[in-house]
Amino acid sequence: MQFYASPEQVQRDRSEYARKGIARGRSAVVLTYEGGVLLVAENITTLRKISEIYDKIGFAAVGRYNEFENLRRAGVRMADLNGFSYDRRDVTGRGLANAFTQTLGAIFSETQKPYEVEICIAQVGATPEADELYRITYDGSVMDEPGFMAMGGQAEAISNVLRERHDTSAGLQAALALAAEALGSVGGENGQTRRLEAKQLEVAVLDRRRKGRAFRRIAGTALTDLLAGTTEVADADLGEVDAAPPNPAEDKPTVSAAPVVESATSEEPADDTNGDGS
Amino acid sequence: MAKDFDPSGRLPDFFMNAGTSSFTQFLTQASPELLPGRRPLPPGMAADLAPHGTTIVAIATAEGVVMAGDRRATMGNLIASRDIEKVHAADSYSLIGIAGTAGIGIELMRLFQVELEHYEKIEGIMLSLDGKANRLAGMVRGNLGAAMQGLAVVPLFAGYDLSPADPARAGRIFSFDVAGGLYEETGYDSIGSGSLFAKSALKKKYRPGVSTDDAIRLAVEALYDAADDDTATGGPDVTRKIYPVVMTATAQGVHRLTEEEISAVAESVVAGRMENPGG
Repeated sequence: MQFYASPEQVQRDRSEYARKGIARGRSAVVLTYEGGVLLVAENITTLRKISEIYDKIGFAAVGRYNEFENLRRAGVRMADLNGFSYDRRDVTGRGLANAFTQTLGAIFSETQKPYEVEICIAQVGATPEADELYRITYDGSVMDEPGFMAMGGQAEAISNVLRERHDTSAGLQAALALAAEALGSVGGENGQTRRLEAKQLEVAVLDRRRKGRAFRRIAGTALTDLLAGTTEVADADLGEVDAAPPNPAEDKPTVSAAPVVESATSEEPADDTNGDGS
Repeated sequence: MAKDFDPSGRLPDFFMNAGTSSFTQFLTQASPELLPGRRPLPPGMAADLAPHGTTIVAIATAEGVVMAGDRRATMGNLIASRDIEKVHAADSYSLIGIAGTAGIGIELMRLFQVELEHYEKIEGIMLSLDGKANRLAGMVRGNLGAAMQGLAVVPLFAGYDLSPADPARAGRIFSFDVAGGLYEETGYDSIGSGSLFAKSALKKKYRPGVSTDDAIRLAVEALYDAADDDTATGGPDVTRKIYPVVMTATAQGVHRLTEEEISAVAESVVAGRMENPGG
C-alpha cells in the first residue's frame, strides 16, 4: 500500500541519509599554501581518497568508495577527452566541477538513493590567490571555497581550526602540520586531540612550480620527516616515493602529454589491485 | 562532445561505468570520430597527398636508450618542413619516433601519450614496457586500411624498463610493421627512408654496453650517413642551426637534449666529416 509523502519530505529524507553516510567516514582537508595546494586525507587503507585528474587538477573525496571512485573515473575520462580534442590548457577545474555538480544533482533528484559523497576539485594556479577549490556535495550544490576546506566526519570542527590558522604564505611543512592538527582535533577519547602519524595519512600536493603534471604524492620517509617538523624536505625529495623524474622541458601540444609520472613503488601494485578490484 | 545528450545534465553512462582503463576503448563509445583508422577513405592511392617524416634511430645503451630523428618532412620532391619534430616522450620512461605520413603519425603519437597517462591515472600505476609496446602495436594495426592506400605510419618505440627480466638490458627497443607486427630489437634499430644507411653505419660502430654520451654521438653520425645517401633525410643544418632531436630514457626518466647539448655534438660530427667525409 502506497502512502503519500510530500516532495519536501522525500528530499529531506534523502539529504539526511546522505549526510549521515558522509559524516560516518574519516575526514579530508584541502588547503592552499605558498608552494601549491595540499590535499590530506585521514586514510589507513591503501584505497585512495586523493588522486590526480589532470595537469593542474587534483581530486579529494570522502564518503562511499565505490561512488566517488565512479566520479573520479568520470573526471579523468572527461579531462583526457577534452585535453585530447582541444588542448591541455583547455581542461579546467571549473569545467569538471560543473560536470560533477550536474551529475550529482541529477542522481540526487532522480534516484532512490543519493550518492553519499562529498568531493573537492582543486586547481593550482600561479599564485595562492589564483588557486581554485570547489566543494561539491551529494545533492549537486557547488561552493567555491576560499583557500581551505574540510569534508567528511566532523567537518565543521575541523574547518574551525583551519579558519583560525590558515595562512597562504605558509610553507609545505607548516601547512601539513596544520592539516594534521586539524584532522586530529576531533575523534579523540573524551574530546581529546589526537596526534596523527604518517601511516594514518594520505598526502599529496599540486606543486605550483612544476610544469606539466603538478600532482605529487608524499609518502614514506618524506612524509614522516615532514610531520616530525625537523626537516624541511627539499623540493627534489617530493617525488621520492613516486620516483618522478623531472619534466622534459617542453610545452608543445604534441608532447605535453608526455611528462612525469608516478612510478612503481612497493606500495603501488598492492594499491592498484585494491583500486581495481572495487 | 558526448554522443548522446541527456536532459538531466548528468554525464552519460560510459563516463561513469567501471569499464575500461584504456582511453582508446573509451573513445569508441564517447567520440568514435576522434579515433584514427575509423574514417572511411575513398579508393585510390594517396601516398603523395601529405608530408612524410623520415629517418629515426634508436640505440640501447648501458644506462637505457637513446633515440634520435632528423628534422625533414618531404612531399614528393619537395621539402615540406625542415624543422619537424618526430621523436617525443611517450611518458616519463619511454620514447616514440614516427616515420611515414606525418599527420597520421602525430595523431597516433598523441593518442598513445594520452592512452599511457590515462591508464596510469585510472589504475594508479604505469603500464609495463611490454604492455605499452603491445598497446602501440594494436594502434598501428588499426591504421592498416589507410596504410594500404599509401598513408602508412610506422613508429619506433624504446624505453627504460623499470622491472626488466635482465637488469643489464633495461633499455629496450621495439619496432613495428604496418600490419601491427611487434618485434623487439637487440642493440639498435632504425626506421624510415634513410634507415638502410643509418643501420649500416650503426652495424659497424655499435658495441653492446655503449655509454649514453657515445650513443648520442653514434646516433647523430648515423643520421648524417642517412642524410648523405637519402634525399628525404635532412642532415644537420648548420646555417639555420637546426639539429636532430635527440632524447634519452634512463632510470632518471626521459630527457631531451638541449639546444646547446645537441649543437655541440652535431657541430663536432660535421667538423669530423670535413676531415673525413666517410666518417
